[in-house]
Amino acid sequence: MTMHFPRDSAKVHPPSLFPYYTSTVKRAPKRPLIILPQTETELTGPAYGHEVVQPGDSDLTTQHEGTPIGQRIIVSGRVLDEDGRPVPNTLIEIWQANAAGRYVHINDQHDAPLDPNFSGAGRVVTDNEGRYKFITIRPGAYSWQNHENAWRPAHIHFSLFGPSFLSRLVTQMYFPDDPLFDYDPMFTSVDPKARQRMVSRFSLFTTIPEWGLGFEWDIVLRGTNATPMEQ
Amino acid sequence: MLGITPSQTVGPFYAYCLTPTKYKLHEIFTNDLIVPGLEGETIRIEGRVLDGDNVGVPDAMVEIWQADAKGGFAHAREHQGANTGFKGFGRVEPDNEGKYHFITIKPGRVKTPDGKLQAPHIDVALFARGMLKHLVTRIYFADEESNKDDPVLMQVPADRRDTLIAKPQSGNGREKVYRFDIRIQEGAEGPPETQFFEA
Ligand SMILES: [Fe+3]
Repeated sequence: MTMHFPRDSAKVHPPSLFPYYTSTVKRAPKRPLIILPQTETELTGPAYGHEVVQPGDSDLTTQHEGTPIGQRIIVSGRVLDEDGRPVPNTLIEIWQANAAGRYVHINDQHDAPLDPNFSGAGRVVTDNEGRYKFITIRPGAYSWQNHENAWRPAHIHFSLFGPSFLSRLVTQMYFPDDPLFDYDPMFTSVDPKARQRMVSRFSLFTTIPEWGLGFEWDIVLRGTNATPMEQ
Repeated sequence: MLGITPSQTVGPFYAYCLTPTKYKLHEIFTNDLIVPGLEGETIRIEGRVLDGDNVGVPDAMVEIWQADAKGGFAHAREHQGANTGFKGFGRVEPDNEGKYHFITIKPGRVKTPDGKLQAPHIDVALFARGMLKHLVTRIYFADEESNKDDPVLMQVPADRRDTLIAKPQSGNGREKVYRFDIRIQEGAEGPPETQFFEA
């Protein structure tokens, strides 16, 4: 096959070294990266479809006996490639803090309560039009050690595969108009022109009366700008 | 053209979703890629993920993607929904010292777009707290003659190639063991950092 993933679009990713995010200082390579030719290894990717997701994986509010505390939200959108084509049948994994800003991870010692009815992990596979939907609780902001009085804006972590090793993406979805954006080393590591791509929008259309607020967020993965051709 | 969504760090708390061995969620991915009836030589790849202070990185996540023994891929387009056979993909959370391992098979040779054969290799994606985007590298095998003609290795300066070569170890008797450390950043002294790629 002759396919190519443009490299320029990937330049929007933040730099490896961004000293305001202090942990990057010892976790960024010093040597220059070498351009990796796009061979079949890079142009293919793992296949995980609907068979790996269990019923209820996409509803984070019904994974325990009771209902979790917090604002119920519906997070939905489409996964597209950079040419605007939907990315169907691709696995999305999400994880997040609870409404109080606390993760169930054993290393999270932030002084906020755990919620016995909320784990905060979910999975879904996109449909034929690249659509996905999660039901969850709006996560709280949380304090961390990066700098004096550092707080992360509320966010949901997203992990996606897309059609190839080159389209792999781990990112974070933020909520509109968060006052913490300007102080956040992760959010501000991205070029100002591209930051809004990480921010969901409130949607009255997906909001369900007397039940939950809708937020929509489309995710754009790297894609080929050529159609695959048989050799 | 749409602008792609920027990468953000995986953070320190991904495990209960992405590698939930210690949590209640059912696991999709593991570090053992062996399935019944799989053709090929079973190998163990082990090593450590190390930071610029030469300290192990426990809050990293290592993923691998590779061909089967014949050089073929369980690719999404051809195998949508397949739940049997070799997946070619593995994921692991290192331990408290940054140690990780995979049990897999030695991959076959894969063609380049212009029809040359590459040496056996495994693509690696490395994620961690403190990494705003993941790093990409490749694992090659020290006992492969074909390394000397590999078109990707040829693009790596000769004195840097060794950082991409997994070395045979005295094994546990069950399978051949290779060592592959991933050094994110070299310090003032100590071994050189792993060569990473712009994919
Ligand atoms: Fe987080």
